[in-house]
Amino acid sequence: MIVTAIQFLKPDPSILNRRDDILSSLRAVLPDEAVVSDPVELRAFETDGFTAYRRLPLAVVLPSTTQEVAAVMEALSRQKVPVVPRGAGTSLCGGAIPQEDAVIVSLTRMSRILELDYPNRLARVEAGVTNLSISEAVSADGFFYAPDPSSQLACTIGGNIAMNSGGAHCLKYGVTTNNLLGVTMVLYDGTIIRLGEGELDAAGLDLLGLICGSEGQLGLVTEAIVRLIAKPAGAQPVLFGFSSSEKAGDCVADIIGAGIIPVAIEFMDREAIAICEAFAKAGYPLDAEALLIVEVEGSDKEMADQLGRIVEIARRHDVQTIKESQSATEAALIWKGRKSAFGATGRVADYICMDGTVPLSQLAFVLKETGAIVKRYGLRAANVFHAGDGNMHPLILYDVNDPAEREKAEQAGNDILRLCVDAGGCLTGEHGVGIEKRDLMTHQYNETDLDQMIDVRAAFDPVWILNPSKVFPLEGRGESDGGRAVAGTSDATMEAAQ
Amino acid sequence: MIPSDGTDQLIEPFDEAELAEIVRDAADNGRPLEIAGGGTRSFGRPVDALATVSTSGISGIVAYSPNEMVAAVRAGTPVSELQAALDDANQRFVFEPIDHRSLLGTEGEPTVGGMVAVNASGPRRFVAGACRDSLLGVRFVNGKGEIVKNGGRVMKNVTGLDLVKPMAGSFGTLGVLTEVTLKVQPKPETEATLIVRGLLDADAVAVLAHAMATPNDVTGAAHLPELVAGKVLDGALGSEQATLMRLEGFESSVNERAEKLKALFGKLGEIDQIDAPQSRRLWAQIRDVAPFADHPDRPVWRLSMRPSDAHEAVMALRMKAGASAFYDWQGGLAWVRMEGGNTMSGLVRKTVEANGGGHATLIRATESERRFAVPFQPQEKPLAILEYRIRKAFDPQGILNPGRMVA
Repeated sequence: MIVTAIQFLKPDPSILNRRDDILSSLRAVLPDEAVVSDPVELRAFETDGFTAYRRLPLAVVLPSTTQEVAAVMEALSRQKVPVVPRGAGTSLCGGAIPQEDAVIVSLTRMSRILELDYPNRLARVEAGVTNLSISEAVSADGFFYAPDPSSQLACTIGGNIAMNSGGAHCLKYGVTTNNLLGVTMVLYDGTIIRLGEGELDAAGLDLLGLICGSEGQLGLVTEAIVRLIAKPAGAQPVLFGFSSSEKAGDCVADIIGAGIIPVAIEFMDREAIAICEAFAKAGYPLDAEALLIVEVEGSDKEMADQLGRIVEIARRHDVQTIKESQSATEAALIWKGRKSAFGATGRVADYICMDGTVPLSQLAFVLKETGAIVKRYGLRAANVFHAGDGNMHPLILYDVNDPAEREKAEQAGNDILRLCVDAGGCLTGEHGVGIEKRDLMTHQYNETDLDQMIDVRAAFDPVWILNPSKVFPLEGRGESDGGRAVAGTSDATMEAAQ
Repeated sequence: MIPSDGTDQLIEPFDEAELAEIVRDAADNGRPLEIAGGGTRSFGRPVDALATVSTSGISGIVAYSPNEMVAAVRAGTPVSELQAALDDANQRFVFEPIDHRSLLGTEGEPTVGGMVAVNASGPRRFVAGACRDSLLGVRFVNGKGEIVKNGGRVMKNVTGLDLVKPMAGSFGTLGVLTEVTLKVQPKPETEATLIVRGLLDADAVAVLAHAMATPNDVTGAAHLPELVAGKVLDGALGSEQATLMRLEGFESSVNERAEKLKALFGKLGEIDQIDAPQSRRLWAQIRDVAPFADHPDRPVWRLSMRPSDAHEAVMALRMKAGASAFYDWQGGLAWVRMEGGNTMSGLVRKTVEANGGGHATLIRATESERRFAVPFQPQEKPLAILEYRIRKAFDPQGILNPGRMVA
């Protein structure tokens, strides 16, 4: 028996039995080709970026308008059918993994940019627009959309809002919630609400702040108004190699303490350096225990000035290697290694990527403990993360075809996340809870804290049909989710049944 | 309606646990409570409650570590006390919290809890976010008397629902804040402000939009129309229109960017530059709506709209009602004083709606006007129902500051 296996809600047999009725109710409100029910085609939707777990959904719908989404939600809530919203399916925490009795609402067809308003520096887009395509659409006019998750080529803005995605440059520009001005959202029963007209703060309670990061549990965002920012005159990274993580960590603290706010400070440990260098040939120092990539922005003179100050601080911390990029090509190469870290690691081994965030003062300690934990399980980890904001990303390497090793990797991951919480941090900085970290929520929050969130969730979705297996531990929901969680299914029981 | 008179009971718990007990007791008895910090931000609808709970006894800095740029503070802590600690470490709040005292004619000491409860933000909000964007974690007592925590002390946190943001700007209606954790920032080395003279509102807003489309990192973008300009810096600017652009950072960088902007807008005439001490005073006055501190009997509205829309609404209000205004946030925030003395709330809201939408909040008005003029923008029905349900999730009996935001 796999003790760590994550449980899903038990499929409701009465929903499975009504499959044909449910499908025809969807076909009544959508064009036929927008309703997917063929098991072969459904395969494409059985998992997301958290590939260790998969479930076939009951059906997938591909609406093209907010009105279609509303009609779908009206039909499904009437029949109390669970709904799993999906953008590009790049979630790293299983946020978009379906369940057998759920309909996936995929928003990828809603991918139009509706309005570019440069004088007011905003873009109104449909939820299925990819993150990068917004920046691409406005780049020639001198603007960009700031949050830049590693998956930005594929991930959608709707998914970014669901997870409150960050990225390497959020040290200066903030995460999704700091760059969101408005949404159009379909509630569980098909009601359409609009928040914000493009002004800086929407009226009333800060529902935008509540919705951002709610992991598809409060409603389906179909449109968003996002902030555009003028592109900096230039950007330049510098790369530092250190003989220890502590020295690198102290250097980060001193850079920030000196009043310099770089746009990004990225950290890699020895394992990550080796993996990324083998893949990207970026010229990373293989003899370093820790590497920092610090990026500054501004005019040539401003960048030279800031880099001068930063290099001086690094020297005070015995920096071993300094690589300043002399050209755009060199700058791109420095970033290439970092940006391809997850992909490059995937070539070496299977991995699970943790996302705990810790106070800056705890970075070196948590790194050391992380190493000790994975060692205890007989595993290896590569550490790549956003050091400026304490968002750690240990990649725990394992063999997916070895069930015992997968179990160890999950347990090591859970231990690391508990460590992050105990160090004054949190379970997840930008990936979300999903199913992956759901059962650890009680480590960070007590029952009252969780109940308050659950009550707010119920204000949006009283029948608990929106992405119901996620975020909140199945135990402790009581009757708040209609008793659905009382009997869950684990992979072990599912595999036994198959 | 319960008149608020001298018979009000003032309760001052000394810690979170005692506060929770008070709220639990009030919930058991269905007795409404008015929540007060320093009592300096008296806007929104008057609250009908016989008892006022003040958080001023729940005070003190819990943890402030300049290296991590994070401060955890009890809600009743005076803003000035935290500010002094930040000054000592050469740090600041990036969101420039507005001090409402001069505008509202209130006295007392603003508290950190009150600052968060009204989401108090200032000129830098349009590039660096509001108070809610710097707020990392909260502890509060909900309407059931339960102590709840959400968020934490780290910069990035997506663990569960974000209740931190809605607590900011909920005016004590969702819970009574007991502790907040705020992100802070090193102060820049220096600052300067460029002043373009003689522009009409529409041209000024276009100039500011142009400046913001360049990579010059403008962190303040305001426009003071004719006469309003004379109300800042003791009249040093004269009464001619003044369009203001603030630059912050290392001195060499500020100078470089100032030269670039002067070159860019040189055709508009002589561009003045004021140095750091004057610039700081100027933006503090804009932040605190100093130009409208006089004539306290005249209502003041706060319009939040798309920057290119707000001046159109202001123009309409000037013609129809006799209003003065000035702009912050590149034009997206318009402070409007109704010179005729009436709030004209119907006209103000209709005018905002007709000019691209957004919202209007009545900030200064008499108590009876605030009771009847609906100070906060009314919501459309589906949204109003949703908000009602959310309020119930925090405060099932509606005992916390009832009526403050919604009647």
